[in-house]
Amino acid sequence: MNLDRAHADPDDTNLSRRGFLASAAMAGGGLLLSLALPFGRSEAAGSTDFAPNAFIRIGSDGQVVLTMPYVEMGQGTYTSVPMLIAEELEVKLRQVRLEHAPPNEKLYANPLLGVQATGNSNAMRGGWKPLREAGASARIMLVTAAARRWRVDPTSCRAQDGEVIHDATGRHIKYGDVAAEAAQIPVPERVTLKRPEDFKLIGTPAKRLDAPGKVNGTVTYGIDARPAGVKIATLAQSPVFGGRLKSLEDSEAKAVKGVRQIVRLDDAVAVVADHMGAAKKGLAALKIEWDDGPHAALSTAQIAGQLEQATFGPGTVAQNSGDADKALAGAVTKVEAMYQLPFLAHATMEPMNCTVHVRKDACEIWIGSQAVARVQAMAAKAAGLPPEKVIVHNHLIGGGFGRRLEADGAVRAVEIAKHVDGPVKVVWTREEDIQHGMYRPYWFDRIAAGLDAQGRPVAWKNRFAGPSVIARWLPPAFKDGLDPDSTEGAIDLVYEMPNFHVEFVRVEPPGIPTAFWRSVGPSHNVFVTESFVDELASAARQDAVAYRRMLLDRNPRARAVLDLVAEKSGWGQPLPKGSGRGVALQYVFGSYLAQVAEVEVSSEGNVRVRRVVCAMDCGTVVNPDTVQAQLQSGVIFGATAALYGEITLKNGRVEQSNFDTYQMLRMDQAPVIDVHIVKSAEPPGGMGETGTSLIVPAIANAIFAATSKRLRKMPVDSNSLKQPA
Amino acid sequence: MAFTININGSGHSVDVDGDTPLLWVLRDVLGMTGTKFGCGAALCGACTVHIDGVATRSCITPIDSIEKAAVTTIEAIGATASGAGIQKAWLDHEVVQCGYCQSGQIMSASALLASNPHPTDADIDDAMSGNICRCGTYVRIREAIKLAAQSTTNGG
Repeated sequence: MNLDRAHADPDDTNLSRRGFLASAAMAGGGLLLSLALPFGRSEAAGSTDFAPNAFIRIGSDGQVVLTMPYVEMGQGTYTSVPMLIAEELEVKLRQVRLEHAPPNEKLYANPLLGVQATGNSNAMRGGWKPLREAGASARIMLVTAAARRWRVDPTSCRAQDGEVIHDATGRHIKYGDVAAEAAQIPVPERVTLKRPEDFKLIGTPAKRLDAPGKVNGTVTYGIDARPAGVKIATLAQSPVFGGRLKSLEDSEAKAVKGVRQIVRLDDAVAVVADHMGAAKKGLAALKIEWDDGPHAALSTAQIAGQLEQATFGPGTVAQNSGDADKALAGAVTKVEAMYQLPFLAHATMEPMNCTVHVRKDACEIWIGSQAVARVQAMAAKAAGLPPEKVIVHNHLIGGGFGRRLEADGAVRAVEIAKHVDGPVKVVWTREEDIQHGMYRPYWFDRIAAGLDAQGRPVAWKNRFAGPSVIARWLPPAFKDGLDPDSTEGAIDLVYEMPNFHVEFVRVEPPGIPTAFWRSVGPSHNVFVTESFVDELASAARQDAVAYRRMLLDRNPRARAVLDLVAEKSGWGQPLPKGSGRGVALQYVFGSYLAQVAEVEVSSEGNVRVRRVVCAMDCGTVVNPDTVQAQLQSGVIFGATAALYGEITLKNGRVEQSNFDTYQMLRMDQAPVIDVHIVKSAEPPGGMGETGTSLIVPAIANAIFAATSKRLRKMPVDSNSLKQPA
Repeated sequence: MAFTININGSGHSVDVDGDTPLLWVLRDVLGMTGTKFGCGAALCGACTVHIDGVATRSCITPIDSIEKAAVTTIEAIGATASGAGIQKAWLDHEVVQCGYCQSGQIMSASALLASNPHPTDADIDDAMSGNICRCGTYVRIREAIKLAAQSTTNGG
């Protein structure tokens, strides 16, 4: 989603240099919070520390501590953010220590979202200028302080590897030794950033700073928090959303060795124990009756039917040019289709969990969150405390994918902890995690296009129905029936498309909560758009790459990635019977990406994705290894959804429960993934979600190439691909 | 009931029900949090440890089944030749992303290399397909295992 469309220019937000650099005093008062550090614990800051802004602190001990405004959940932000700062601060990456940012919307708001959150693949887009400026202004202050001490002109000094150097006299001084004096220097009003040709770090495959602790088990995720005296709880929530606890028989559970307490809530029960083994055993021994409430009969088919009805319209016009209806009526060929995408769970490898200690007048929380200020605000409400009385310790995240943008798990843990004397870690079982998620929405699209005699599109009309996650999560960004996420990938297409009309019908399905899911709006829209463009190529009897290329005369960056992927994938070269290649192209999250998927479909209809080739133009590359890793990651995540992903409701209950019924792509099914990066001097685009949205139509298009069967509903239905015996 | 188990070369006494899975003894009773909870049903491999050198899902391994067997966890796998080789290859190949599944991946991979120093792609599929990685690091895991196998061959 491009929330920057809805908000101000990224260079002119409340995180602009003036805004956050002026807050030096707030951040300089000492170690912000006792955070779990990924790479060791820094000493508490003293009065001689240099803390020119919310991101950098240099103590007289010489330690350079960087506070991370975004949280690390695998995407590499704890390496690329330090790269941006270190580039201008002139320190080596191995000289820095990292801290998780505490909740503070003022200091750490995401420039493109306006709230403190990690998501939308926008860390590099939002941080590109302000984080380099933070490093540059700190460096200028350090250099100025050293020059004053030496009584030389600051312009005769330079900075390198954490030192100020005066070449003329051969003097040099470590940052820590001049930190106290630098703290007295005013923050510069303006800084000049390096020219790209002078970058030392940006553009290099710098090693991940979080990797060593992740290969020896020493890093701590939220689920690893162990405050003194912590008890472990697990829970059962009403199997139907909106249901309530009717009755509970807990005598057998209480008799389980290690079980300490049973907590009853309106719509959930928790078993508190010495360890998770006892808590789970206790939970299994409970006899629970639920009042299923108003959604007791709800099914996925009902929701799909409701959405289908909504696509008869009208909706809110998201984009219009020309007269699509008129052009459609006069078209030589008319192509119409309906597409559907299922509910999906996030299934983060680290199951939902949150540790809470509720005291009389305060509350302390240990969690891995993509939105730590949201956790603080919602937990405070649940605890009946002012937000400043809620201390939140953020952690590394064992998979976010949007699930940890939500604070429901923290609220639930506070509700339980209010009944418990001392800290309690609430750990959801995998079954609970999958059955009480907040799901990627179900979407239904009705789409039509008209072609002229040459097969060129002359009209495009798309009306789709589904919920607006933004309307709940960030209400100010939902305006006049539209939000920038729900439509990204459905409008502003890369292709020339005269007489273009897109409508969004907002429908909030009952009885199932929805949320952001990796690649958000584009996870829906790119599948529909790129599948349908493929259908148009087929209707025009043209090659899928050549057809797209014909529509890209005014979009050289899109055309370049398409050409590159065609070349690298061997597009057009023969494949064995039952195999096929599918192409897809997108411009979302500020990056251009083209993919070719190669699939093999067995006579039983089983689909194997053999190889995926990616051609990426994400502007300036901060870390090429991260770009490659994120594309590999995004492809696997999206391929998992395409091949297996589906959450269904029956009698109001989620039917899937663990990795046997909600399957993941595994090593033996993983495709070879080739990544090719286009060199570019444009500002950085987003990375972490791009591979996910695009691989789904690339696979569907490849299946069409292999079988002539067009799959308009995900996930892949192998039965429909079975060849008659 | 009290059990004494041998973990990473040291004896540990714990007083829990005999059907308590080893995973929770490690994480919650002994505070060894490197071993991860993923599914509780031996479907994802996040909780993999070695029991007498064999990759084992600790989430379904009752504590009363272990007796005198030697349990090795991620915290100590670097002390074995295959474990150290795998950890190095993981760093050289920059495998990790969120990292949550990687303890289990490394335990499965190091057990594979210890018993089969020159695994084929099919061997890797067999040994590693029980370990889910939601970040999709499979491509690099495969490369890293091959790198570690090669380093071992070269005497590294």
